[in-house]
Amino acid sequence: MENLLWLIPALPFAGALLLVLFGSRLSRPLVAAIGVGSVGLSALLTLLLGLQFLSERPAFYHQQVWQWFEVAGFNPSVAFHLDALAMVFIFVITFVGSLIHLYATAYMADDADFSRFFACMNLFVGSMLVLVLADNLLLLYLGWEGVGLCSYLLIGFWYKNPANGYAARKAFLITRVGDTALAIGLFLLFQLFGTLHIQSIASEAMQVWDKGAPMAVLVAFLLLGGAVGKSGQLPLQTWLPDAMAGPTPVSALIHAATMVTAGVYLIARMHVIFALAPAAQLAVSVIGAATLLLAGFSALTQYDLKRVLAYSTISQIGYMFLALGVGAWSAGIFHFMIHAFFKALLFLCAGAIILALHHEQDMRKMGGLREKMPVVFWTFLIGAASLAAVPLVTAGFYSKDQILWLQLAGENGNIGLYLAGLLGALITSIYTFRMVFMTFFGTGKTHLEHPPGKVITVPLIILAILSVVGGFIELPHNFGHLTLFSDLLAPVLPAVAINESMAASEWLFQLLAAVVSLSGIFVAYLFYIAKPALLTSIERSGAAMALHRFWHAGWGFDKLYDTLLVRPYVYLANLNKRDVIDAFYSFLTDLAEALHIMLAQTQNGVLRNYIMGVVVGAVAILTLSLLL
Amino acid sequence: MEAGLLLAGILFMLGLISVLIRRNIIFMLLSVEIMLNAAGLAFIVAGTRSAQPDGQVMFIFILTMAAAEVSVGLALILQLYHRLKTLDSDAANKMRG
Repeated sequence: MENLLWLIPALPFAGALLLVLFGSRLSRPLVAAIGVGSVGLSALLTLLLGLQFLSERPAFYHQQVWQWFEVAGFNPSVAFHLDALAMVFIFVITFVGSLIHLYATAYMADDADFSRFFACMNLFVGSMLVLVLADNLLLLYLGWEGVGLCSYLLIGFWYKNPANGYAARKAFLITRVGDTALAIGLFLLFQLFGTLHIQSIASEAMQVWDKGAPMAVLVAFLLLGGAVGKSGQLPLQTWLPDAMAGPTPVSALIHAATMVTAGVYLIARMHVIFALAPAAQLAVSVIGAATLLLAGFSALTQYDLKRVLAYSTISQIGYMFLALGVGAWSAGIFHFMIHAFFKALLFLCAGAIILALHHEQDMRKMGGLREKMPVVFWTFLIGAASLAAVPLVTAGFYSKDQILWLQLAGENGNIGLYLAGLLGALITSIYTFRMVFMTFFGTGKTHLEHPPGKVITVPLIILAILSVVGGFIELPHNFGHLTLFSDLLAPVLPAVAINESMAASEWLFQLLAAVVSLSGIFVAYLFYIAKPALLTSIERSGAAMALHRFWHAGWGFDKLYDTLLVRPYVYLANLNKRDVIDAFYSFLTDLAEALHIMLAQTQNGVLRNYIMGVVVGAVAILTLSLLL
Repeated sequence: MEAGLLLAGILFMLGLISVLIRRNIIFMLLSVEIMLNAAGLAFIVAGTRSAQPDGQVMFIFILTMAAAEVSVGLALILQLYHRLKTLDSDAANKMRG
């Protein structure tokens, strides 16, 4: 069975290849069958392989496909390494991915570029699978860049609108900043260890470096740079909200479930190096805390349904970083999995709403959809409850509570990070239910065009079930104490050491988290259902309006980067429009041409002028020879 | 001796001036002949001074060259007259750089 490991990434690639070559000539049902089928088969294989993995419990499966190249002792191979961490990731990627593909067959049904869409989506899934299955960092980097390319292609999918092209370029260029840091990190690792094989690096690093070795810190920071770019964390988060320009299934696939979590995967995969570099690990958690607050406040003020979800994605990845930063590796990965379920669900629901309202994304023009789209309403409510971490019944509660608790109880945690996380949880539940109330309650403002069909609602229902049930595989110590998920990851990721003195009071903090989550919902209810007048009176005051604008613009980061980087660059480029160096050479040719025109005038056929020229020349030469 | 060179110089200048001021192309050709002869005379005078025959040998070369030059020149003049129906050399200013 493990010999079929290579098929998991190969199937989506094959699908993409088929669609690129023959897609325009195939019928739509066939394109959909190839697009969904390739990822679906991968999901099936993953399921079978996962069952075998769970029953055999090996440390890892390894499969070498071929030697990529060999230069001066550097011999990266195309080899796949499947351990528990990769298992979780490929499960989420293929399973959530195939649900999103299925959904997209209905969502994109009227699009002229149906086959191009599925070609890019398949390529994306294939690249992501290569990224998480790679046994060496070079292959990982190949997948990493493939994912970046596909995000460019898919964000700018509707390329006829220039704004979409701009968003695609922005995503590509900003993530490229992080990728450059990652590439330098890889060069450094290769120079130090002579290999990019992840397992060898991990085992050697522990022997070579002491805790806090400057080289380890440097490498960890470079890897963090790559992770920050890909995962949309501070200060490279500005591309993610704009990336909502792509079709909604793209947002669900790339910007909720898979690509943006590549940074989380990288940090978890290289956790040995981060554990050796406490400064970098602290940076991870501080970045996570800052990002989750910043993005949370921005999400509070957005009116575009998809932008709220985009900021919420940034914020939730902030939580994953927070967990990774304190060494709670498996808690971070657990939150990644749960987040993939409910965020994909929320995006797909948003897509169903947007499609039904004929591409209306402004929440102010929505409302009253509760009765008109009951399935979407209930599934969206489940997703929202999971995002807001409604206690006991949702998966989001178990994953988020674990992260918050480990901020306090973990050995590297501190109270500041905990409070930031708690405040973030409050904001999360406010903006989540603000979204629910604005969209589904109140009076309808836009006419409903197409009610969603079966193909759209079935993935929603499956994801909604996962968003609830997913949490029950990992229950806290004080009730249930089920650790299926962390047991699965235990051979790969070390458990976080828990401060025993805190353990007794765990229930208190769980109660606090639950109260925070519920009070957020209550605040949203108060402002958007019970007393909307209160909200308008607050919004009218000058300070609130200024703050609103500031948050709405994502804390002015776009403007800052525009002034600091984009404009000076454009100014310099304009200055050099006619290449400064080139000007010297074009001056030489211009001079030669001017002289040529001048002298050519003398060739006019007047014989006596020629003779005069000869005489003057002869006299001049004679005079010179006499004088000199 | 000086008188011979002086004569050659005067002849050369006369030829040069008339080449410059004449417009009739046949006269210009004649003036060139005068200049050639002036140069030949100068060679002979110079050869006499050093009692060597080389100057006269040179003159025979110049005569030969002049004969060839005249034949080519006359052919060109014929063509010019054939096309422009005039012997005015300024009528040939048809080139524009």
